[in-house]
Amino acid sequence: MKAASKLYVFLIMLFLYLPILVLIVFSFNASNSTSVFTGFSLQWYRELFQDKETLQTLYNTLLVAVLSAVIATVLGTAAALGIVRLSKWGQKLVMNVTNLPLMNPDIVTGVSMMLLFVFIMTLFGGSDVLGFWTILIAHITFNLPYVILSVMPKLKQMDPHLVEAAQDLGCPQSKAFFKVILPSIMPGIITGFIMAFTLSIDDFVISYFVSGPSFQTLPLRIYSMTKRRVEPSINALSTLIFVAVLVLLIIINLRQSAPHKPKKGATR
Amino acid sequence: MTEKNIIDLKNIVVEYDGEQVLKGIDLSIKDGEFVTLLGPSGCGKTTTLRIVGGFVEPDSGDVFFDGKRINGLQPYKRQVSTIFQRYALFPHLNVYENIAFGLRVNKVPEKELQQRVRDAVELVGLRGFEKRKIDTLSGGQQQRVAIARSIVTRPKVLLLDEPLAALDLKLRKDMQVELKSIQQSLGITFLFVTHDQEEALSMSDTVVVMDKGVIQQIGTPQDIYNEPVNAFVADFIGESNIVDGVMLKDNLVRFAGQSIACVDKGFGKNEPVDVVIRPEDIDVVRPDESPLHGLVDSVTFKGVHYEAIVDVDGFKWMIQTTDVVRAGEEIGILLNPDDIHVMKKSEYSGKFGDYSTFSEEMDLLSDPNYQEDAEESVAAEAEE
Ligand SMILES: Nc1ncnc2c1ncn2[C@@H]1O[C@H](COP(=O)(O)OP(=O)(O)OP(=O)(O)O)[C@@H](O)[C@H]1O
Ligand SMILES: [Mg+2]
Repeated sequence: MKAASKLYVFLIMLFLYLPILVLIVFSFNASNSTSVFTGFSLQWYRELFQDKETLQTLYNTLLVAVLSAVIATVLGTAAALGIVRLSKWGQKLVMNVTNLPLMNPDIVTGVSMMLLFVFIMTLFGGSDVLGFWTILIAHITFNLPYVILSVMPKLKQMDPHLVEAAQDLGCPQSKAFFKVILPSIMPGIITGFIMAFTLSIDDFVISYFVSGPSFQTLPLRIYSMTKRRVEPSINALSTLIFVAVLVLLIIINLRQSAPHKPKKGATR
Repeated sequence: MTEKNIIDLKNIVVEYDGEQVLKGIDLSIKDGEFVTLLGPSGCGKTTTLRIVGGFVEPDSGDVFFDGKRINGLQPYKRQVSTIFQRYALFPHLNVYENIAFGLRVNKVPEKELQQRVRDAVELVGLRGFEKRKIDTLSGGQQQRVAIARSIVTRPKVLLLDEPLAALDLKLRKDMQVELKSIQQSLGITFLFVTHDQEEALSMSDTVVVMDKGVIQQIGTPQDIYNEPVNAFVADFIGESNIVDGVMLKDNLVRFAGQSIACVDKGFGKNEPVDVVIRPEDIDVVRPDESPLHGLVDSVTFKGVHYEAIVDVDGFKWMIQTTDVVRAGEEIGILLNPDDIHVMKKSEYSGKFGDYSTFSEEMDLLSDPNYQEDAEESVAAEAEE
């Protein structure tokens, strides 16, 4: 029984990670073959870092990721603070509205956003609106629910008398927000930020629809490269992205499990 | 304790959603006094405390602090500090910084701050815990941090909302003693909320018994226990048999079919009254030794004494005695004049102090809906 379940886990892991493993191995291949490993080399990484265009898209991706994550975090935290003040019923309603885009297929979100941007563009008689700004707006939009979802639980866990306790000790109400509320929900805010950042780097489908020739992100660049000829430098690039995302995910998970959850029962 | 009033509440009314939660509270608290608000759930204890703390504004009435009217004064400007029911410690700060919080926002110089925090840590016995995170502490330790965090700011009045409710029995007893000694050594006024009557009696200088937003009685623990003003207070504080009676004249009351000498006077001739007899004040004698008789219904051994439910003239009494009594036995009941306490009739008459449904009554008391039931029966009576 135990052996069987171990085997099962092993097969699943194999199934999930074998493709990535192959990718990583071949990114270090000495030749440009995708079937035979002829020896270890870093040549594809070297080549990658000499490709100006790819580096530019890497910069674009990081720029969009940082900006959209920061803006989504600020907006999302403010939204969460408002939502917890609503009645139970209002909270449910708003949370459902917030969660809907999470379940919506990316392709629907992408297409609908493109339509919206193009519609507004023609309305104001502009042209070529698709580019940096549309990507940024789209990324902020799909990041927002994740930030709200990671801040909300922290707000709900918070002792409702925290602000009163601060006031009681001589802190005016306006100051109490920065002294007490913000620090105690900070773990949730940071988790939300990292999540938003990761999702933004990761996104292909939505970016595909709202981007134009003037502004490309890394996933879009990889996609267009594969359409021509599969170059092993893509393997190197994909490996790097995988490692970066992996690191961020590990950080998120550590933050979620390690932080001191209040011991139930001790205080109630 | 001095004779100066530190807090005066004058005719405080608070309404929520059109319902009066406090119906004209008058309360004066002396500097250095230990005052306890005691009453069943929902009677308005927390609301009274929040009025003093500045978190609730009364719909009418005045709040005075040290003789000055402080209605509308922001909480952070009041010289009172609250220990919240669930402590409300700051989760992002360690023990030391929690305690230092009030001093930091008031910009106390670092050197003085360190000294004062150290003293407070010492006082509540938390030395060695300064660096600990709040959520690694036990309930009792969190309680101590909350106390230290408040007293370090040297408030004139400390408001404590059922601070011991979350602790287990043993720890609660220890903390009662400790809180009392902190109060005495610092000379701070304590306004303490509890619904544990034993806690109220053992800790307080003055007990304030509340029900349904009204103060029923204010007095020393002895007064409240020995001279309850009505059936509610008599029943809420300790066990009591409350029997219908008629005041024949000064020092003579008739109940359970007998005329019995008492020490109460000042009632109208033949005025209907409630008579309170505490179970532990009753002497059990042989039937021929007293005109008052009873038939023992049931007996429970309680360690120090026996607790008997006795049928006296159709009314069930509780009697606590160290003499051996058996179910089915006829006993004589001997009452000294000062074992009897006579009270005026009130809206609570007939609702409390009958042990005929003893076990059910215990259930009812722990049932949060019991308050509503009582209100319904008041309404029903009014209609009749
Ligand atoms: N913010 C509020 N809005 C509406 N009603 C309230 C509010 N706060 C208190 N009440 C009501 O006022 C009444 C008194 O409440 P309060 O908290 O003062 O009772 P309490 O004596 O402290 O009870 P407990 O022993 O259960 O803590 C209750 O009926 C409660 O439902
Ligand atoms: Mg309360």
